[in-house]
Amino acid sequence: MKLELARVVQGCRLGVLTGLGRAGQHSLEVPGCLLYTRCGSVPHLTQDTLHTLSNLPSVTQLTLSTLAEHQEVLEEFNEGVRKFAGLHDTVLYCSLHDPATLSPTGHITNKTVSVWGSGGRIELSVDKFMALQKAVQPDLYQSMADGETWPSNTSRKRVRKSVDRTLAHLDECLLLHHKTQELKGVEVLGVVEGGDVMEERVRSARETAKRPVGGFCLDGLQSAAMGQNLRTQLITAVIKELPEDKPRLLQGVGRPDQVLSCVEAGVDLFESFFPYQVTERGCALTFTFNITTDPETSGTGVQAAPTVLKLDEDKPEVNIVENDGPDHLPEDQSSMTPFEINLKDKRFRDDFGPLVEGCGCYCCKNHQRAYLHHLLVTNELLAGVLLMLHNTAHYCAFFSALRGAIASNRLEHLKERVLKGSGMVLVREGAGLTDGQ
Amino acid sequence: MAAPIVREDEFETSMSFKKAVSVVSPLGLRIIAECPVTKARACDLTLPHCTVNTPVFMPVGTQGTMKGITVDQLDELGCQICLGNTYHLGMRPGPELIEKANGLHGFMNWKRNLLTDSGGFQMVSLVQLSEVTEEGVRFKSPYDGKEILLSPEQSISIQNSLGSDIMMQLDDVVSSTVTGPRVEEAMWRSIRWLDRCIAANKNPDRQNLFAIIQGGLNAELRKACLDEMTKRNVPGFAIGGLSGGEEKNDFWKMVTLSTDHLPQEKPRYLMGVGYAVDLVVCVALGCDMFDCVFPTRTARFGSALVPWGSLTITKKQFAKDLQPIDPECQCPTCRRHSRAYLHALFKSDTAAMHHITIHNLSYQLTLMRTVRQSIIDGCFPDFVRTFMKKMFPSPDQYPRWAVDALASVNLTLE
Repeated sequence: MKLELARVVQGCRLGVLTGLGRAGQHSLEVPGCLLYTRCGSVPHLTQDTLHTLSNLPSVTQLTLSTLAEHQEVLEEFNEGVRKFAGLHDTVLYCSLHDPATLSPTGHITNKTVSVWGSGGRIELSVDKFMALQKAVQPDLYQSMADGETWPSNTSRKRVRKSVDRTLAHLDECLLLHHKTQELKGVEVLGVVEGGDVMEERVRSARETAKRPVGGFCLDGLQSAAMGQNLRTQLITAVIKELPEDKPRLLQGVGRPDQVLSCVEAGVDLFESFFPYQVTERGCALTFTFNITTDPETSGTGVQAAPTVLKLDEDKPEVNIVENDGPDHLPEDQSSMTPFEINLKDKRFRDDFGPLVEGCGCYCCKNHQRAYLHHLLVTNELLAGVLLMLHNTAHYCAFFSALRGAIASNRLEHLKERVLKGSGMVLVREGAGLTDGQ
Repeated sequence: MAAPIVREDEFETSMSFKKAVSVVSPLGLRIIAECPVTKARACDLTLPHCTVNTPVFMPVGTQGTMKGITVDQLDELGCQICLGNTYHLGMRPGPELIEKANGLHGFMNWKRNLLTDSGGFQMVSLVQLSEVTEEGVRFKSPYDGKEILLSPEQSISIQNSLGSDIMMQLDDVVSSTVTGPRVEEAMWRSIRWLDRCIAANKNPDRQNLFAIIQGGLNAELRKACLDEMTKRNVPGFAIGGLSGGEEKNDFWKMVTLSTDHLPQEKPRYLMGVGYAVDLVVCVALGCDMFDCVFPTRTARFGSALVPWGSLTITKKQFAKDLQPIDPECQCPTCRRHSRAYLHALFKSDTAAMHHITIHNLSYQLTLMRTVRQSIIDGCFPDFVRTFMKKMFPSPDQYPRWAVDALASVNLTLE
């Protein structure tokens, strides 16, 4: 696995992660996202419906929280999740937790972490964790980690412990990894912890970078843990300790505005649980990211008018910031963001347009908002199928537009598009987030 | 409460008016092959959106969607006609909206044929507060509590808005386990309502209206209903009032009596039948079309249909079973997934249901295509024998009614 950077603009790293997969035949463009799954399946979708979408991410994310309970059958099967789940030719990345759900706290010990499957809690020691990796047979996986630093009252001592434990888990994982024939050629991503404590973040990054890992997972920075201002500061500090040539995957962050800020802070990869969460609340992603000059669709002069949103050249780190609290309460992940529309809303009852004009996904090519509204109010299963198709397509297209914008020096333009189009306002650091709706 | 029973003689007045609405219906039936032994037949039924090869199983898409399956997936399974429910669609989103969306075809983007029921069955089965009068079925909306009257005219008006290729008349539905004068009343009323439905159809040039034979489990009433309804110039007939928990022995006799008296040149639709054995036997008795929620509903509970019965995929015994649901099945699910994976996926995601729904629809549609081919090839009786052998571990487990029904059309299983 090798990261080839084409250019770095305003902190954003544009490049290609090559040599992915056991035979090294796959690649993934960065900044980019992974394909989110539960039990090896993109939620709601069969392989036939999923593959109506083109340009899917070449890396699929598996989660131990949905696979650990199937360890026995996977071990008996002995050919890995790719074949067990009937997946197409794709690179598999295996993470510990499901990023779309917060696990209950208070079950971590010095030697174990827990995941929650359909049948309840499953406690994982490093041995069991590695036995699972052997059964899952991913191409890359996240090392075992104690990431329980997101609750707001987490003490400095607890944060330090999480860094220590995570480093110890990494060493043990690497030891077992190198002894396991079946995991030859599989990459391990080291996990950077440290909660909201700057020194611990730096220590975690520095120590992890000393280990023979293929890349890094930045954990404990999820939306539930902190605001974007703090997140940006922490990521910026962490990144300084990490080698340039290895990828950085940020866990638990998916909102487009936060993605943009984190990419500027130096993040390469994101999980794509966000479109799934949007789907589950009956919403469709509709935010604009199209920056091709087209007077028909450009709206009210976003490009033409001298914009008040223009950023100071000296201060490229200016970000959309929010109050320093978490973006959402942990239990409130179901709340809507400005990037989506709620199709249950009465105004869509007789809206015969597609979810997004010009979108090429199966849903937009075949169905109207009024139909989606009907499927949602009648609780029909097809609603989840069609929304998941559209939201996945829209999110992947956003990353593609982001790469295009970096390549063509139009990142500011894209940011304006994404944020202003969603009714958000770019503000200076220190000010609160303004929701323009 | 019950309206006076109107007798046959009262129909004389409606006869003259019937001739006036004689329009060439948008339906053609070509009999391709007839079984030399049984009453089974293979036909090409031409409808406005495409030709349907019969015998045909019609999947039920109650609320304008096939339970998690996209229209492209349904099309790829070879489905040529599916159902929508007038009661549900009339409530939500309502006929006006569907009309604006270019009918149900446009609303759900389904390019092939649609059949809609009259709404009467749901009215009686789902809504507790319903009262049947000569005017129609009066009920309270479960959504806003408003009192609504579903009359024959209203039912047809909604179905005209839905734009289905085949509409069903509003009938007076009584449970098949009910006996006594109520059955007779319902039968005669269904005939009167048929005439009102025929008169109410605004689109006889592009929407076919089917009559529904009633009469409960009483042969005389069935016969009277058949005599009367076959005098009307409707494009097709349904056999109604069955599949409601009656004895199978009574059921098949009513079916065969009906097909004996229905015109050869018109399609026969047996309502609410969808178990594999019932389908095969009733094809032998001369039925062309069937519908049932069973294959799609049972799929969502993890039950997969196979030639030897069904597998409950959620059962622990399949956790490590790496075979496909049916090793001989060619459906997208069986080509890609094992029982073990589906078992695992059932714990995490709805896609597991969709996989089994696809398989079950494929099973039903494939079964009917195989039945048809055997009729065309002149070997339907052999097909039935093989089918029964696969379905039951031994001949002494063949259901008595099926053996009798098949024997009644000269098909002996041994």
